[in-house]
Amino acid sequence: MKNVIEVKELTKHYNGLTAVDHINFEVEEGEVFGFLGPNGAGKTTTVRMLTGVIKPSSGSVSVMGFDLGRHPIRAKETMGVVPELSNAYTELSAWNNLQFMAELYGVPKRVAVSRAEELLTKFDLYDRKDHAVKTFSKGMKQKLITAMSLMNDPEILFLDEPTSGLDVRSARLIKEMVRELRDTGKTIFLTTHYMDEASQLCNRVAIINHGRIAAIDAPEKLKMRIGGLQYVEVSFTAPVDVSDLRAMAGIIGLRTSGDKIQLYTEEPDRTIRSLVDYSRSNDLEIVTLNTLTPTLEDVFVKLTEEE
Amino acid sequence: MIDQMRRAYAIAKKDVRIYYLKGPVIIFGILSPAFLFLAFMIGRDLHVDFLIAGLLGMTIFFTSTSVTPVIAPTETQTRNLERLAAAPISVTTILFGDMLASVLFGIAISLVPILLGMALGVTIVHPFILALGIVLAAFCFSAMGLIFSSTPTSMTSTVMMLSTMIKFPLVFISGIFIPVQELPSWGRALASLSPLTYITDLCRYSFQGACHYPVMVDIGALLVFLIVFMVIAIKLHERSLPKRL
Repeated sequence: MKNVIEVKELTKHYNGLTAVDHINFEVEEGEVFGFLGPNGAGKTTTVRMLTGVIKPSSGSVSVMGFDLGRHPIRAKETMGVVPELSNAYTELSAWNNLQFMAELYGVPKRVAVSRAEELLTKFDLYDRKDHAVKTFSKGMKQKLITAMSLMNDPEILFLDEPTSGLDVRSARLIKEMVRELRDTGKTIFLTTHYMDEASQLCNRVAIINHGRIAAIDAPEKLKMRIGGLQYVEVSFTAPVDVSDLRAMAGIIGLRTSGDKIQLYTEEPDRTIRSLVDYSRSNDLEIVTLNTLTPTLEDVFVKLTEEE
Repeated sequence: MIDQMRRAYAIAKKDVRIYYLKGPVIIFGILSPAFLFLAFMIGRDLHVDFLIAGLLGMTIFFTSTSVTPVIAPTETQTRNLERLAAAPISVTTILFGDMLASVLFGIAISLVPILLGMALGVTIVHPFILALGIVLAAFCFSAMGLIFSSTPTSMTSTVMMLSTMIKFPLVFISGIFIPVQELPSWGRALASLSPLTYITDLCRYSFQGACHYPVMVDIGALLVFLIVFMVIAIKLHERSLPKRL
């Protein structure tokens, strides 16, 4: 697989602060690459540099073989972008927004018409194509913005928080679209706060923290990297004293989540036996008992806390 | 280059749809210079062709600088600017598109005082010079409007205040209400620094056949102002665009 994005020593300073600090990574053709990080870690700044919106202080970005610094127009023509803080032109209709995008990317008129019809139908917006975007709901606007980014049939699609604040159905539609695009060989650079989303969709993820890359790997490999963090999730019919559970042999950490208690352990079998004994001796009923492996969220929390 | 021109045209079409085809914008473009003009002309014994030439110069000036200053701050606020910045277009293309829409608007509205003048019996002695002057002035004033919009703010009121502070004094030093030749020497020197002086002078030449500066000086000055304004606007916007996002 060839690399379609190559980032070398990319750095951005703002007023004496380093927002992005000498980061390096590659994105391969046809992969969904997740870019995760806490607020203020440098995610949006990185995406803005990769999409040519802002210039880096130093370092280089190559997109589809075009150096973004030297050939920004050629590089941008290969991309579709859904910026985090972006909007369609609310005074224009959905149709006019799509045609405007097509004109900006030099898409021939006939292709633009058929592509707009196809995308509006796919995103369930065709009936509203002539309505001003200001009458659209948030979900409809986000679907339109996503459709706008696809008008030039891009090789690489940058999605910055594409499902943020969307209802379940709209979010599912966008995730489905990401899968479909991946299946057609497109490359997707996905920035998200939703770990489940990254885990389900991404071939590889990078975690950025304090402007530096903390880790890059496939989600499952990242989870294995903190393999000691298996946990047993339990809930009882009545509240319990968590210090009793923390005192059990083999417990290395404890977290509560609603009525559930997550016990981090290297010996799940021993922990389950201890929990059953505990419930018997305290006359409690176990409502749920699950053995779980670490999630991408656990990896994210561990790596970002470590720094 | 041709691709970028086509994309600038797409931006101009978008601007016309969103910003120019609005009743208040069109009415303001006509009424604003008309009221200013009437306030100074009532009670003064001046020829109608002198008056119409001044009104025409002011109309092009006010209409061509009316909307360009607010596009960048508005699109910063409505979060459309980042999308434009991510598109395969340069800052120059964006500005040229904004300027093109403004030029078309300025030219269209300038027909109002011309038709009014013709209805009042004014004849156009040099129509081609007038047409050239209107087009050049519309480009020049639109580029001037782009300089006002380079302030990295999303507040249109800030930009409008700045633009008004510069536009109104220019009206008074540009020979619209008092012919340049009747101004004192310091007044004539000040007038020569305003691009509005040269289009007003060209309008007088087109309507009355007489002007203060030679025609080629008027045309040359408008061209020089256009190039200088455009270069400054591009440089300032290249610097301010990242600060807006």
